[in-house]
Amino acid sequence: MQSESAMEQEITFAQAIQEGLRQAMERYPEVMVMGEGVPDPKNIFKTTEGLRALFGGDRVLDMPLAENGMTGVCIGLALSGFRPVLVHQRVDFALLSMDQLINNAAKWHYVFNGQVTVPLVVRLLIGRGWGQGPQHAQSLQALFAHIPGLKVVMPTTPRDAKGMLIRAICDNNPVLFLEHRWLHGLKGRVPMGYYETSLDQAQILRTGGAVTVATFSYMTIEALAVADVLADFGVEVTIIDMRSARPMDMQPVLASLQKTGRLLVLDTGWASCGVSAELLARVVEQGFASLRCPPLRITLPDHPVPTAEYLTNDYYPDGEDILRGILKLVDADRSWPLEALLQRVRLTGHRDVPNPAFVGPF
Amino acid sequence: MEELSGYSLDLPALYYGMLRIRRIEEAIAKRYVEQEMRCPVHLCIGEEAVAVGVCHALTPQDVVFGNHRSHGHFLAKGGCLNRMMAEIYGKASGCCGGRGGSMHLIDQEAGFLGAVPIVGGTVPLAVGAAWAAQLRRENRVAVVFFGDGCFEEGVLHESMNFAALKKLPVLFVCENNRLSVYTRIEERQPDRPIHAIAAAHGLGVWCGDGNDVETVARQAGSAVALARQGEGPQFLEFMTDRWLGHVGPDFDDDLGYRPNECQADRLQRCPLKRAGATLERQFGWKAEKFAALEALIQEEVAQAWRFVRESPNPNPQTRGDFSYAE
Repeated sequence: MQSESAMEQEITFAQAIQEGLRQAMERYPEVMVMGEGVPDPKNIFKTTEGLRALFGGDRVLDMPLAENGMTGVCIGLALSGFRPVLVHQRVDFALLSMDQLINNAAKWHYVFNGQVTVPLVVRLLIGRGWGQGPQHAQSLQALFAHIPGLKVVMPTTPRDAKGMLIRAICDNNPVLFLEHRWLHGLKGRVPMGYYETSLDQAQILRTGGAVTVATFSYMTIEALAVADVLADFGVEVTIIDMRSARPMDMQPVLASLQKTGRLLVLDTGWASCGVSAELLARVVEQGFASLRCPPLRITLPDHPVPTAEYLTNDYYPDGEDILRGILKLVDADRSWPLEALLQRVRLTGHRDVPNPAFVGPF
Repeated sequence: MEELSGYSLDLPALYYGMLRIRRIEEAIAKRYVEQEMRCPVHLCIGEEAVAVGVCHALTPQDVVFGNHRSHGHFLAKGGCLNRMMAEIYGKASGCCGGRGGSMHLIDQEAGFLGAVPIVGGTVPLAVGAAWAAQLRRENRVAVVFFGDGCFEEGVLHESMNFAALKKLPVLFVCENNRLSVYTRIEERQPDRPIHAIAAAHGLGVWCGDGNDVETVARQAGSAVALARQGEGPQFLEFMTDRWLGHVGPDFDDDLGYRPNECQADRLQRCPLKRAGATLERQFGWKAEKFAALEALIQEEVAQAWRFVRESPNPNPQTRGDFSYAE
């Protein structure tokens, strides 16, 4: 273990993505990375930094603003033995490619009876804050997770970002890889070498008997901060980073619920027909007897996100909402030192930029 | 574009290829009423010359993508008839094991890499296959067949733009039958030539009578040669005729959706008729020669239906298989 940890480094989520791409490209000559802005001076928030210099313009390239066509081109490459990674700086842009993703990428292996595979990774960045507005900040994992044939993953930690990206590149299916923009700057311990992390397993980040918190992507960071505060007041919660919306690994959730009987689901998207709804449906089907009280979801309000800072301040659920949610589940009648608790999670300053207290390591 | 000299075409082979597709499509139409082919069929009767003429210019290594009306493309590229028919009948021995039907055909060994029925769906895939060939320096061209309706899809223009940018060895073959289902091109597009737009995208452009298999073969031969030489993507627009309805086995002129056209005129433009006349005139073919070909095809068709009859149905328990690859 000593030598292994010595081979870890503390890097950001964005650096972990870059490192994952680099190590996959070093190992597999069939990997290509393309997208609007991939080799430009900002290189997708530094996640593709330096790749073109290392691997050349045939493997690392920009592309026309033709999201649907280029998705199809990538499918054609994938059918011909390549492993393309397509990058969209916002999830919203990928809506232009739904035909190719759903009609072709998700169906090709199935309809042609397993004779061919489509090893394709599509990186989708979920925007938030600084006035991104209704078409630059959608968190559409549920839309994609509805489709058999697609895998939809959303890593939270830098370690998972790298390992799951490499695993997604090696996977013989189309994998949609969602990265929340507010995770890019977070730091964590990441192995320096090549490794793969499973795409179909949720991960328990913290164990406690009071409440089970099943959470997706960036909401996991908010939940971890709240869990620290609650622990000081004697409330220990289990936090399960779901990591993947399709497939959805229910086993750790159901096992934890047998102990806690109380469930809080956190998602970066909307509630209606969302991944939180799917998770709850499965709990009802498979773990209903474990529930000691109605479960609770914390998600986005059921309307688009506006742009102006004052309109968005209360749009995104934060630590305060999570804390209130957990207390409600644990014991709504008990008199908590609410003000003292809220004091610890309440944000000061602007809320349209990432919480400066969240830097990691995670 | 100017046709290159020195391309030799084999008219007897072209004729045979067209006749074979015609008789197979007719056999499907005839038996469709039995209601055992339980999927939509879009027959290509009248349009055989484009499939056969273009594929004549290809080698087995070249790859082809099709669309919803692709029996002809599949057969012209050398796809297995037995497996196509078994697929249309929903048998386990079909080319998709019964998952696809008439609108989803594949024969990888023959280089027919897939047909699907979303208009324009396969166009960028052909571009990707051509890009793969270019990146690996393989001597391989990719071809995609589509109709005039597809020219209205954004994805076609996205694909042409990228193919021209990278000078990819890909042929965009537009079978212009002036119809999208029941809607005439006059209701969908302004009065200007389709191929002129392709030229503006920077593609090499060809246009000809798609009912004249010799014209198609010569133009395709030249276009393929240029694509192989690194001259970039080629766009071929061939005017042709859909004889039957959009889907199904019948003539449907009685619906009145093509008022300015006469069925008799279409039959007059029959690609088989024209090629057959040339074979009589220039090759001295007599009735016995034509009859011999008919007999050969009749036997192949009978054998294909025997294959279908002897094929098992797919196991319903496998219907969820291959949702994901290993």
